[in-house]
Amino acid sequence: MLWVAAIVLLVVIVPVVVYLLNGVLQAANGIVGSVEGIAVVAAAGSKDLDAAALLLTTSEQVEQTVAGLANYGGSLDVILDDAEPAR
Amino acid sequence: MSAVGAVFLVAAALIVLALVYFLVSTILALRKITAGLDEVIAGVSEIVEKSAPVNGVVNAINAQLDAGVELLEGLLVQKAGMSDALGLVDGIYPGAAAAGFRAFSDSPTHQAPRIGEVYTRGTLSLARLGREAPIAALSPAGAVLRNVEGGSLAARSLYPDVRHTTPEKLPTSPVIGAGAPVQYEQREDIGAPRKRLPAKPS
Repeated sequence: MLWVAAIVLLVVIVPVVVYLLNGVLQAANGIVGSVEGIAVVAAAGSKDLDAAALLLTTSEQVEQTVAGLANYGGSLDVILDDAEPAR
Repeated sequence: MSAVGAVFLVAAALIVLALVYFLVSTILALRKITAGLDEVIAGVSEIVEKSAPVNGVVNAINAQLDAGVELLEGLLVQKAGMSDALGLVDGIYPGAAAAGFRAFSDSPTHQAPRIGEVYTRGTLSLARLGREAPIAALSPAGAVLRNVEGGSLAARSLYPDVRHTTPEKLPTSPVIGAGAPVQYEQREDIGAPRKRLPAKPS
């Protein structure tokens, strides 16, 4: 009986243990590649957002443009006659 | 030690070796994952930090642009009238008349004249500002007034001809001095005492 147990331990249990541990290791190694890829993408995304600070300049320019537009519109309002009322 | 005990011992040793090898490898892989996640967290934190003010800035820009659009639309409707204003906008942005103006909820119900099919865009704007062009004078159901192939020439007819042709050849400036083609000799009588005419016999 002990011989059977010893053979089962050597032939079945050891390969199963090795197979399961190998699966865990492969999964962990797979995660490593994915995490490194995500890190590269996150760094690139962060770098792409460097231009976001220019939005403040854009906002100021838009504000000035609309202010100039309002002045221009006020002048046009004085220069041009209003449309005739619909008949 | 019996043979059975030796087999058990070998099996246990193999299991322990496998555990050591794979667990150590897994630990190293997890450390790499931890380092990678640290980089990810740093990158994502930068993204969050940099994108935080974007929403407010974009909303401010949109508010400014909305104000500008309402201003322009209101001015256009006030000066050109709702129907012609829709026709003008639809001529520049085809299909915009169907959407109408933001500040005028009833604007989509108006019939937009086909101004864009009658005049070129530049003529369209200038003629509307001049308020003299017969824009959309004909029925929208009528034939197109503008010749599509010769649209530019048709548009020119709205303006005085002198603006589009070579000015008439003007006389050149006269050449004076020793090189002049016509030399005028000084008359001797200029500056001399006037001759006295003989007295008429009485």
